[in-house]
Amino acid sequence: MNPFTRTGAGLLRPAMAKAGYGVWLATATLGRLPHLRRRFRALLDYTYLAGVRTTPVVLMVGFFVGMIVSLQVGIELARFGQQESIGLLVAVTMAREMAPFVTCIILAASVASSMAAELGTMKVQDEVTALEVLSVDVVSFLVLPRVLALTLAAPLLTLFADVVGILGGGVIAVTQLHLDFSGYLHNAREALKTTGELIPLPEDLYVGLLKSTVFGFTIAVVGCAAGLQTSGGARGVGETTRAAVRTSIILIIIFNFFLGKALHS
Amino acid sequence: MIELQQVTKSFNGQKVLDGLDGTVAAGECLVVMGPSGSGKSVLLRHIIGLLRPDSGKVLVEGKSVPDLSPEELRALRRDMGYLFQSGALINWMNAHENVALPLRETTDLGEDEIRSRVQRVLALVQLEQAAEKFPSELSGGMQKRVGLARALVTEPRIILYDEPEAGLDPEMSANINRAIRQLKEELRMTSVVVTHSINCALTVGDRLAVLEHGRFLVEGTPQEVLDSDMPRVQQFLGAKRD
Ligand SMILES: Nc1ncnc2c1ncn2[C@@H]1O[C@H](COP(=O)(O)OP(=O)(O)OP(=O)(O)O)[C@@H](O)[C@H]1O
Ligand SMILES: [Mg+2]
Repeated sequence: MNPFTRTGAGLLRPAMAKAGYGVWLATATLGRLPHLRRRFRALLDYTYLAGVRTTPVVLMVGFFVGMIVSLQVGIELARFGQQESIGLLVAVTMAREMAPFVTCIILAASVASSMAAELGTMKVQDEVTALEVLSVDVVSFLVLPRVLALTLAAPLLTLFADVVGILGGGVIAVTQLHLDFSGYLHNAREALKTTGELIPLPEDLYVGLLKSTVFGFTIAVVGCAAGLQTSGGARGVGETTRAAVRTSIILIIIFNFFLGKALHS
Repeated sequence: MIELQQVTKSFNGQKVLDGLDGTVAAGECLVVMGPSGSGKSVLLRHIIGLLRPDSGKVLVEGKSVPDLSPEELRALRRDMGYLFQSGALINWMNAHENVALPLRETTDLGEDEIRSRVQRVLALVQLEQAAEKFPSELSGGMQKRVGLARALVTEPRIILYDEPEAGLDPEMSANINRAIRQLKEELRMTSVVVTHSINCALTVGDRLAVLEHGRFLVEGTPQEVLDSDMPRVQQFLGAKRD
């Protein structure tokens, strides 16, 4: 083997092994769904941790993103005298793209890292091994409630981001583009009324919520998989946490492209 | 019944177990002593299937542990208890919940039955008062005793203790040693005890083995081993007897 192949193989093999573990963990978690009743308490706890604790950040960031979109697009529209349709553009952009994306980036940075750090610490302190020895199903006990909590929390938070984003856009519409607020809101609401062919719900809304559901699941699986594969003490936990955030953000961006393409009608 | 045949294990080219042979008969207690880093914990981890040997056989109740499927291994472990050297308690659960965990997760027992069993084993390790405390609020020795209670609560037929009395005061060590012997006699548990204490070996052991360079240097009743005239054994145990 030449040095290039060797380096490449050396870098790729662990990455492939990790990806394989992640896919296995995702499937195993879905297979444990029947255990849900027993994990209900834990599910509520983690939904609270993942959802409620990140709500303030999501609200604030969502509001600003709405303002940014409104300002950027509004200025361009005004050049053509089309600023009346700003409500439509902000609503569609938020619902379809920005709200799920921004919300899930925040979740990746805060929740994927904390899941990786928590499970990683348990791993290096032999707690995960202890569960194995006690014949406790680690996927059902540790992973299922975390993954499900984030899968539920992500679309919910995205919905919040949609609302505050549209409000933020409205503030710009009123102050910078000199539109009236009720007209803006009406325009935005009309935009979201187009229902999809498959599901009788506002299409732009459910595309965004569907995306964020997939992202939430992905973030949690990446966080848990990284945590459970930690080795090497406190330094290993640090490395794991970083890798979890990095991987989940990369996956969100890639999945965002493919989901957006697939869900486009 | 535990049988080890020619077990070899290396980590990064360093041989830790090197053709180790040994048996523990049903209901018997084997004490393993040996220098720090000689592979005692590694040996226990092979018996419970956390590590696989590079070569050789590990048989528990006649089953080859490294060859079991995950389900079979889980079933076998339900009959086994393991006391971790570090205690290894789940950090977000209090002592009571930690001890109740294996019962809640692997049995259909009702909450009342679980509570009374947990209280019984916590009393055995003299921690009834600490039931509500979290691992971070317990001293190292107390965590160790909760770990012991958790290993015992399912009443396993085989139990592996990694330094059960390390970090405990002399009175508590004596109590724990007595408890281990009592369990062995009353429940006929098969046990392996890793320890650095000759007292513990004499109290609980039917047989004593000294592990060094990857295999048992000597094996016999604790008294025989103590009286052995092998220079290395005298050197190792003699230093401890003072
Ligand atoms: N997972 C592992 N990876 C690499 N090396 C390991 C691993 N586990 C154990 N070792 C090595 O195996 C050797 C034996 O370790 P072990 O923990 O069994 O020692 P011990 O006899 O239990 O010592 P002590 O009395 O201090 O607990 C050590 O040199 C250790 O570095
Ligand atoms: Mg050890």
